[in-house]
Amino acid sequence: MSDMRQFKEVNQVRRRVDGVGLVTGKALYTDDYDIHGMLSAKVLRSPYPHARIKSIDVAKARALEGVRAVLTWKDVPRVIITEAGQGFPEPSPYDKFILDNKVRFVGDEVAVVAAETTEIAEKALLLIKVTYEELKPILDPRDSMKPGAPVIHDEPEWRIPIPVEMDPKKNLCGRADVTIGNMQRGFSGADQVFEHEYENHYAQHVANEPHITISYLDPQNRLVLISSTQVPFHVRRIVARALDIPVKRIRVIKPRIGGGFGSKQDIVTEPLCAALTLATGMPVRLQLTREEVFTSSRTRHPTITRLKTGIKKDGTLTAIEMEVLQNAGPYGTHGLTVLTNTGSKILPLFRCANVRFNAWSVYTNLLQGGAYRGYGGTQSGLAMNIQMDEMARAIGLDVALLYRKLHIKKGEGSPVFAALGEGAEGHAMTIGSCGLAECIDIVMRESGWARKRNNPGAGRVRRGIGMAVLMQGSSIPKIDMASCSIKMNEDGSFNLLCGATDIGTGSDTVMAKIAAEVLGVKTDDVIVYSSDTDFTPFDVGAYASSTTYLSGMAAKKCAEQIAGQIRSVAAEMLEEDATGIVLEEGKAVGKKGGVTLAQVGTRSLYEKDQHQIAAFASAYSDQSPPPFAAHVAEIEVDIETGRVQVVTYWTATDCGVAINPLLAEGQVEGALLNGISYALSERFIYNSKGKLLNPSFGSYGVYFTRDLPEIKTFLVPTYEPSGPFGAKSIAEVNINGPLPAISNAIFDAVGVRLRKPPYTPEAVYKALKKR
Amino acid sequence: MKITLKINGKMRVVEAGPGEILLDVLRREGYKGAKFGCGHGFCGACTVLLDGRPVNSCLLLVGVVEGREITTIEALGSVDKLHPIQEAYLDAGAVQCGYCTPGFILSTKALLDEKPEPTEEEIKQALDGNYCRCTGYVKIIDAVKLAAKKRKKR
Repeated sequence: MSDMRQFKEVNQVRRRVDGVGLVTGKALYTDDYDIHGMLSAKVLRSPYPHARIKSIDVAKARALEGVRAVLTWKDVPRVIITEAGQGFPEPSPYDKFILDNKVRFVGDEVAVVAAETTEIAEKALLLIKVTYEELKPILDPRDSMKPGAPVIHDEPEWRIPIPVEMDPKKNLCGRADVTIGNMQRGFSGADQVFEHEYENHYAQHVANEPHITISYLDPQNRLVLISSTQVPFHVRRIVARALDIPVKRIRVIKPRIGGGFGSKQDIVTEPLCAALTLATGMPVRLQLTREEVFTSSRTRHPTITRLKTGIKKDGTLTAIEMEVLQNAGPYGTHGLTVLTNTGSKILPLFRCANVRFNAWSVYTNLLQGGAYRGYGGTQSGLAMNIQMDEMARAIGLDVALLYRKLHIKKGEGSPVFAALGEGAEGHAMTIGSCGLAECIDIVMRESGWARKRNNPGAGRVRRGIGMAVLMQGSSIPKIDMASCSIKMNEDGSFNLLCGATDIGTGSDTVMAKIAAEVLGVKTDDVIVYSSDTDFTPFDVGAYASSTTYLSGMAAKKCAEQIAGQIRSVAAEMLEEDATGIVLEEGKAVGKKGGVTLAQVGTRSLYEKDQHQIAAFASAYSDQSPPPFAAHVAEIEVDIETGRVQVVTYWTATDCGVAINPLLAEGQVEGALLNGISYALSERFIYNSKGKLLNPSFGSYGVYFTRDLPEIKTFLVPTYEPSGPFGAKSIAEVNINGPLPAISNAIFDAVGVRLRKPPYTPEAVYKALKKR
Repeated sequence: MKITLKINGKMRVVEAGPGEILLDVLRREGYKGAKFGCGHGFCGACTVLLDGRPVNSCLLLVGVVEGREITTIEALGSVDKLHPIQEAYLDAGAVQCGYCTPGFILSTKALLDEKPEPTEEEIKQALDGNYCRCTGYVKIIDAVKLAAKKRKKR
C-alpha cells in the first residue's frame, strides 16, 4: 500500500463526535422539537391503484371544530415536479403534483388536513367525501408497455428536464441501450452460453424514525422546515418549485436523523406540510405512521433481469448481455438512474470485451420506487453473481478462481465507465486502488472455503457455501458537489460547518477527523455542525456513497487553507518563514520554537492584525472510485421445511483507508444484515388490486437480534490516491451480496438454483420438490 | 385526569386523557429519549423500564401504570458522567443513527441487572424486542458484553 503514513486521527479508533447526545437520549430529532401552537397533519390516501377524482367535498371536514385547513388538488399550485432529491436538473421525470385529481397507487395522496390535534385531523379525514372513477391499473411491469395499456401519466405538463428517452404514453420512464464491442462475435467466440432470468423483489428501507417534517413561519415570514431528510438543499429547491415561492424564502434545518438508507433522499412529507403552514400561517407537524412509511414512501425497485453470458473453457468472458425491465411504480423517482446504475455497478467489475446493457424503466400502479442503499447494484449483483456461480460449475472451475481471474485490477479501466453514467453517458475512469484479490483470499481462508465447498453432508439439514463479489462507487462524478467552511476560535478549536448530511452514518465524525488530521489537533477540537441551508455551505446530501469521499475532500481542502492561515500568523509570532512551520499536537512549530493554536487564535481575534481565520472549500470529482467487497455465506437448508438459515457470513471490504474503522465496520454490518433479511425474509404481499397487505414491522420481515447469524467483518486497507487520506466509500456496497451469495450457497447445499428471492421456506420447499 | 407516576425516582402528577398512551405522556413531560417508531410494539424505540422490566411505552395506557416506577434513558448517565452501559455503546461502535439507542440501553440495563454475565444467547433474547436497521446488531451485542465486563471490574 503506497502513500500510507502514520495517521494521528484518521484511521484511529475514536468515539463518534455526536455520541454523548445519542446515548443519553438528548439528541434532538425532528419530533423532539416543540413549537407552540403546532398543528397536526394527516393525509387522506387513495384506496384505488388508479383512479380519477370526479369530485371531492371537504365542506364537512373544514367545518369540524379544531380543523384549520383541508387542502385538495384545487388548493395547491398546479406545478409539476419530481420528488426525487437529486441534483438539478434532475434525471427523474417531472410527473407529480403535490396533490392531483388523479391517483396512481393505493396510498397516493388525495387530501391533507391540519388540525389542533391528531385525533381531530383523523376524524376530519373521515368527513371528506371523494367520488372516484376507477381506471384500469397496471399491476405487472410486463404489461406496462403492451399496446392498449392504460396510460398512467396522461397529464400534459409531464416532462423530463434532461435529454433522455422517455415516453409517458407508453409508460416508459427510463431507457438505456449501450453496446460495447460486437455481441455477435462475442457470443460466437464462446465455448458455452448461459442465459437466465433473475428477479429481485420489492423492499422497504424501514428506517427506525418515520418520515417527519415540522414547518413554521419565522418572524420575517420565511418558511422554516425542520425535516428528517438526507438532502436539505434539494428539499429547499424542490419545495420552492412545488409551492411556487422563492428559494430565498425557505430555510431547511436537518436535525438529528433516525436513519435513511435512501428513503429520505426524496421529498416525501415536506411539500404538504409546508403547504399547510402557508395556508394557516401556523406551525404544522406531518409525521407518517409506520403503515404510511410502508405504503407511501419509497421502495427498492423490483427488476426482472435477463442475463446472457458467453464464456470460454478457461474462464474468459466473451460477451455479457444484460436486459433489464424495472418496475418504477407510479412516479419515476430515481427510476432512470437506478436503471443505469444496475449496469454500471456490476458490468465494469469483470473484464469482457463485448457488453450490452439494454434496459427499460416502466410505470406501474404499484408502490413507488426510489433510492435504496445499493441503488441498482443490488439488482444486478443478484443476476451477475448467480450466473458466475452457474458458469464456474459448468466449466469445472472454482468460482473464487474465476472471480480472481476476471475482476478489474488497479490501473485498469472499463469502457462501461464511459458508456453508462447517471441516466446518460458516464466518465472514463482508471481504477486507482483495488484490494478485491485480497478480499477474496480473506473470505476464502477465513471461511474454510475449499474444505466446505461441495460438501453438503447428508440427512435432513444440508450445509452449503456461496460467494459473491461486489463494487459500488464513491459519489457521482462531475455532478455531485460538497463544500464546507471552517473558522478558528481563540482557544484553538474550530467550527466546521457542512452541508454533508449526517443521518446516522457518522459523517460528522469523519469530517472532524479529516480536519483534525490536517490541523494537527484532536478530533474533538473540531466542532461539526450539519446542516442548515441558511448557515452551512452547499452539499448534495447523503447519497451515492459520496460523503466520506467527496465531503471529506472538501473538509481536507478547507482545513489545508486554514492551516496556511495559521502558519502565516504563527510565522509572524515566531519571526520565521511560514513554509517551515508544521501543525502538530495543537501547536504551530517552527525551527525556533512553537506557539499554541490558542495563542494563534487569540492573537488573530484580539491582539494584532485582527481577522477571522476562516475558509470555505468545495470538492467536485471527475471520478467515482469503487469500493470492492467479497462475500461468503455459509448456510443450512432444512430439506423437509425449506427453511434456510445463515450460519456464518464473512465479508471483506476494500474501502481505501477507513477514516474511522469502527464506524466503517458498522456500515458493513448494517448493510449486510439488511441484505440478509432482504434475501430470506423481507417481502411485500399485494392483493389482486394492488393493495399492500403487510405494512408493518411484524409481517414485513425485518430481522431482530435473535435472527442474527455469526458475522465476520474484515476491512482490507488500500490507499485511494484520489480520496481524502486515501479513503473511498463503504456505505452501500455490502447490501448487494446476500441475494446472490445465499442463493449460491443454497445451490451448494441442495442443488437447486433460486433466481428469484426471497428464499422463503415456501420458495425453497417448492424448488426442492421440483428437483 | 390526574395520574401519579414515579418517573426516574421522583413522584410526578401528570395531566392525561383517559385513552392516552404512556409514550405520549412521557414525551409531553419532557422525557424525549423514548421515541415513536411504529406505535404497535414491534420496534422498541419507545422502550422504558416499568418496575425494572423493559416495556413498549407505545402500547401502555397511562392509567394502567399509575403509581408504578418508570425508568427512562434520562435517569441513566448524564452528559458529564455517562453510565457504564452508555460508555460501552460508544466504545463498541454500537451507535449509528441513535434513534433506537435509548431503548437498547434500557433493555441492556434490565438484562445486566438480572444477569450480570449473560451469554450471547441471553443477550440476543433480551434485546429481541428492539429493532435497529443501522448496525446489524453486531456491535450492539459487543457493547452489552463490554458493559458486562465494565460492571464486573467496578
